[in-house]
Amino acid sequence: MQLSRRLRVVLVGSSGCLLVVIYVPILLIVLYAFNPSKSQKWPITGLTLQWIQAALGNPGARSALVLSVQVGLIATAIALVLGSLLAAAVHRHRFFGRNVVSFLVILPVALPGIVTGIALNTTFRTLFGGLSLFTLVIGHATFCVVTVYNNVIARMRRTPGSLVEASADLGADPLQTFRFVTLPVIRSALIAGALLAFALSFDEIIVTTFTAGFNETLPIWIFANLSRPNQLPIVNAVALGVIIASAIPVYLAQRVASDAAGYG
Amino acid sequence: MSARQLSTTRPTLTRRVARVLARWPRIRVAGLLAAPVGWLVVFYLGSLAVLFAAAFWHYDANITFTITKTFSFENFVALFSDPVYRTIVGRTVMIAVLVTITDAVLAFPIAFVMGKLAGPKLRSVLAVLVLMPLWTSYLVKILAWRLILSDGGVLNWLLKPLHLSGPGFGEVAVYLVLSYIWLPYMILPLAAGFERVPTSLLEASTDLGAKTWQTFRSVVLPLVFPALVAGSIFTFSLTLGDYIAVSQVSSTQFIGSVIYDNLGVVGDLPLAAAFATVPVLVMVVYLLLARRAGAFEAL
Repeated sequence: MQLSRRLRVVLVGSSGCLLVVIYVPILLIVLYAFNPSKSQKWPITGLTLQWIQAALGNPGARSALVLSVQVGLIATAIALVLGSLLAAAVHRHRFFGRNVVSFLVILPVALPGIVTGIALNTTFRTLFGGLSLFTLVIGHATFCVVTVYNNVIARMRRTPGSLVEASADLGADPLQTFRFVTLPVIRSALIAGALLAFALSFDEIIVTTFTAGFNETLPIWIFANLSRPNQLPIVNAVALGVIIASAIPVYLAQRVASDAAGYG
Repeated sequence: MSARQLSTTRPTLTRRVARVLARWPRIRVAGLLAAPVGWLVVFYLGSLAVLFAAAFWHYDANITFTITKTFSFENFVALFSDPVYRTIVGRTVMIAVLVTITDAVLAFPIAFVMGKLAGPKLRSVLAVLVLMPLWTSYLVKILAWRLILSDGGVLNWLLKPLHLSGPGFGEVAVYLVLSYIWLPYMILPLAAGFERVPTSLLEASTDLGAKTWQTFRSVVLPLVFPALVAGSIFTFSLTLGDYIAVSQVSSTQFIGSVIYDNLGVVGDLPLAAAFATVPVLVMVVYLLLARRAGAFEAL
């Protein structure tokens, strides 16, 4: 397909415009975090660090942040184990119900979050005796499995199976093969999957609302304070922190994944 | 008699286990699958089953305000007989379709540039630029749009010199905000889809005399269609179940907000559960159609 010069310019130009539209709202939050006025009107009246200081010292936001990090770390650890096992099974073996398994792992993110949320809520309250930190972690781990699974299985598909066979032929036992061949090959995919799973858990609100009970994660704290006009300046400052906190793992995951793609 | 010889005559435990696993691959598969499938079946499918069962329970809205676990179709009857629910389902599906179409149209140019025009370096820069907003907190994006669309917000300030005003909060705001939030979910699979289209096919089409538009319509579009459907799974499903964005920028009722209000505000779990089967049914049909279109390989 020969693209005329004009068409190329139109395509590149409209892509650029789209990126601007995507980034304007995010940059707007960054500006509002420094807005001295309590009113949320545009244009903002100046720049101040007052609300960022207030956010850093806010006990509710701080304990919510700590809880979010804890839940994210535990859920990511569970998702790492379950997602890699699943990827290994689906990639290396042909078995009855293989398609069902690959369908099952997407389901928690393909069905609307509110369905997952209300289903877990009903089950935990009627069968598990109520909501707790434990149910919150189970909910998060369930939808995080798919990010690890996707990253690991994509790497396995790109890796020739002959590597594992060669290792066995050279006399390595399965544990040695895993340690010296499989693990180095999938390591960066594991890191990328873990970073994305953490970012997913850190930001999640829909399933969280239904599984957290009285536990307040950072998104729940933000949501609760959105309806309190007095708190909005602090919410803006916290939002700036959340933007930065989620940008870092995503950027690192992309770096790790593309470095690995480079040598593979 | 060296230790080395010993180890060849008497294999280590790992080797013996390995030999068994190599002979019976089924045990190996079962071992790998047990934990993850067990987790998903118990916690996820199990929960969906409980939810489905709860749709048949009874909620006493008059005296006790409690739930009794009996079996009846009363919740479904209530949903079907009240035209309000039909309107809400229609409105929600409509918005989901509009958001999906809008995102598909908006995503095409940039996905094409990412998948076909850009060199490897620019491609990875663009991938990061699209990924970052996808992972930016959902709530933060909603907060940003409240600042844009509110009375004294950015949009009205921009439109004031033209003597116009923005849509304010309402259904149009829901459409704008959801289109914005789910857009990256469409761009990424579509860009991957374009990347998989072999350049040689495009050249062949040109060589055979096809105009740009003809090549696009009869070669490119059929090849990226599965990717388009893969992206639409997310834009459609996420819109269908949303209750936070819709309640933050409008006071109109959608499927998600009705489910949430029934469960959280009223405490009528059975009715909420019955209503939750609607988006599940819609999505199951959608996913089956999507699998037919080959979208699962494009995810």
